[in-house]
Amino acid sequence: MSDTSFVRTEMLAPRPAPVSQVGAIKWMRENLFSGPLNTALTVFGLLATVWLVQAAAPWLLHGVWNANSLTECRAIIAERWGPEATGACWAVIRVRWNQFLFGFYPVDQYWRLFVTFAGLFLALAPVLFDALPRKLIWGTLLYPLAAFWLLWGGPIWGPVSVLAGFAILGLLFTALAPKLGVPVSAGIGLVVAALFWLYAAAPIEAALQSALPLALPEVDSDQFGGFLLALVIGVTAIVVSLPLGILLALGRQSDMLIVKSLSVGIIEFVRGVPLITLLFTASLLLQYFLPPGTNFDLILRVVILVTLFAAAYIAEVIRGGLAALPRGQYEAADALGLDYWQAQRLIIMPQALKISIPGIVSSFIGLFKDTTLVAFVGLFDPLKGISNVVRSDMAWKGTYWEPYIFVALIFFLFNFSMSRYSMYLERKLKRDHR
Amino acid sequence: MSEPSYDHQVDRSHMQVSDEIAIQISQMNKWYGQFHVLRDINLTVHRGERIVIAGPSGSGKSTMIRCINRLEEHQSGKIIVDGIELTSDLKNIDKVRSEVGMVFQHFNLFPHLTILENLTLAPIWVRKVPKREAEETAMYYLEKVKIPEQAQKYPGQLSGGQQQRVAIARSLCMKPKIMLFDEPTSALDPEMIKEVLDTMIQLAEEGMTMLCVAHEMGFAQAVANRVIFMADGQIVEQNNPHDFFRNPQSERTKQFLSQILGH
Repeated sequence: MSDTSFVRTEMLAPRPAPVSQVGAIKWMRENLFSGPLNTALTVFGLLATVWLVQAAAPWLLHGVWNANSLTECRAIIAERWGPEATGACWAVIRVRWNQFLFGFYPVDQYWRLFVTFAGLFLALAPVLFDALPRKLIWGTLLYPLAAFWLLWGGPIWGPVSVLAGFAILGLLFTALAPKLGVPVSAGIGLVVAALFWLYAAAPIEAALQSALPLALPEVDSDQFGGFLLALVIGVTAIVVSLPLGILLALGRQSDMLIVKSLSVGIIEFVRGVPLITLLFTASLLLQYFLPPGTNFDLILRVVILVTLFAAAYIAEVIRGGLAALPRGQYEAADALGLDYWQAQRLIIMPQALKISIPGIVSSFIGLFKDTTLVAFVGLFDPLKGISNVVRSDMAWKGTYWEPYIFVALIFFLFNFSMSRYSMYLERKLKRDHR
Repeated sequence: MSEPSYDHQVDRSHMQVSDEIAIQISQMNKWYGQFHVLRDINLTVHRGERIVIAGPSGSGKSTMIRCINRLEEHQSGKIIVDGIELTSDLKNIDKVRSEVGMVFQHFNLFPHLTILENLTLAPIWVRKVPKREAEETAMYYLEKVKIPEQAQKYPGQLSGGQQQRVAIARSLCMKPKIMLFDEPTSALDPEMIKEVLDTMIQLAEEGMTMLCVAHEMGFAQAVANRVIFMADGQIVEQNNPHDFFRNPQSERTKQFLSQILGH
């Protein structure tokens, strides 16, 4: 009898899977108790968790929120839970809340911070969610100058003249780009705008200020601190480092020798030295190189170097994304007659950036946490700067864990939201249906 | 090889070769480093010609047609396309590229854009056609390649044959004067080859100037007015398809034909 020939006469109906192969039982068997070693590890893990919770739970549960000093905290804990009990003194956060958030920013000017922060969300919304009308982007572009004016104060004409410079740049670019191409017209626009800022801006500002005095009280950079400082540095550096990183990544792939070696040089140098070196450079060395008498704000200097630092990493992340694109995408764009910048903007970057999202967001998260390093150049970051300030008060001397836990929690909230948003973005942009 | 025969269904009334020269390649040479890939290529293509280029792999056929829209640079000799000489002048290159359509082996559709956006992108950005008009043209060509219902999908949702037809439509949206096909059916399953070849035959019937690197000899017999055989970076033999297949002259050609038709 031949067994190579077979004809089914009756089709089979679907049957349910065996009980031990579905649901929670299957999951536990496969993941927790799949062998002697894994069973032992599961038991060990359980014991360790129980021990940790036992050790930490009383301290967390005995926490005191209403007190005016550490001694008071301890008295309350001893009274409630017995003389041996330990407990967290969260009161320090409650009392010094404003300082953790805003540093030494003048209390009567807090409204400016609230406006700036609310404005940040309004400005970010059209960037983050493309369901919103595209025209809102113009508000987003104006936001940095508005935020700068609100935070540091001074006459409104300073930011207005900066804006005028950008307007000059934009007008020249749109007028010249069709004739001279993107790089040349951008260069001319930048030079003219720079000349305007250097020579024309100051007298115009002075004239306008005397004609129409519109100013907010000035706040010095050393009055910034806490999460205000972390956010100012973090958000600015994040926003600026992405386009800068894209340019560096493209520069590194360029055929033009100078552009290429400059990009490689910047990327390798900046990645090669510790961020703290750059921060010291920002606070100490940069002053020597600038013309005498220029007062170049410390936060601004730090922001520039943190941005450069992040941009170098992002450039490498994007280079990875570029390398992952098949050559065919470049060729198809070329064959259709798109020029270099069109091909980059319409075909290459949308795909390369999408691939690079996890790496870019990791860089952003790292950058945001690195803002605490500004403590080394005397700025009051939330982690070390403000915590030390708080502890130097006799009333709170000895609060060790509480400020750290609080600051860590806030950082976690920010970074976790960034991570979640990036996952949302990846899902939304997933279009290859593979 | 069981080749479908197209002879009976091809309408030759519009396939007319004019005297006007579309592409002129003279004494063209190309090297990859020290490797001499293309040697003394001389080729004149008249408007309305349908040329099939055959040859063993590595013979330089793809490289040659990629030189015509400067995806590859040639090192000596002259290439004149539609009256424009290809040099390192970027403006001329972009001009030639917008007049010459190209279809690739791996389709190279843009995966992040819908089919419709794939088709309208170049007309909008290169030809500066208004969006509405570009979309109308795109739908016209999607009808023509018989997949208008896929307009809002992404390339990844289409079959290989459909993707290649979209790629052809994408090139046609630029209203090119010349079409280059670089092994358009080599990455396709057998049942999808026919739908792509049918689209190409339709194009030929309308009088398009076409250069195809292809292995479908049935297609060559049906629509080509000239078959070029390349080996070792040189044009070894060219003839009309009837004589090329029935009466090949050179040993290399005979050997090649016996290999691809023999089984």
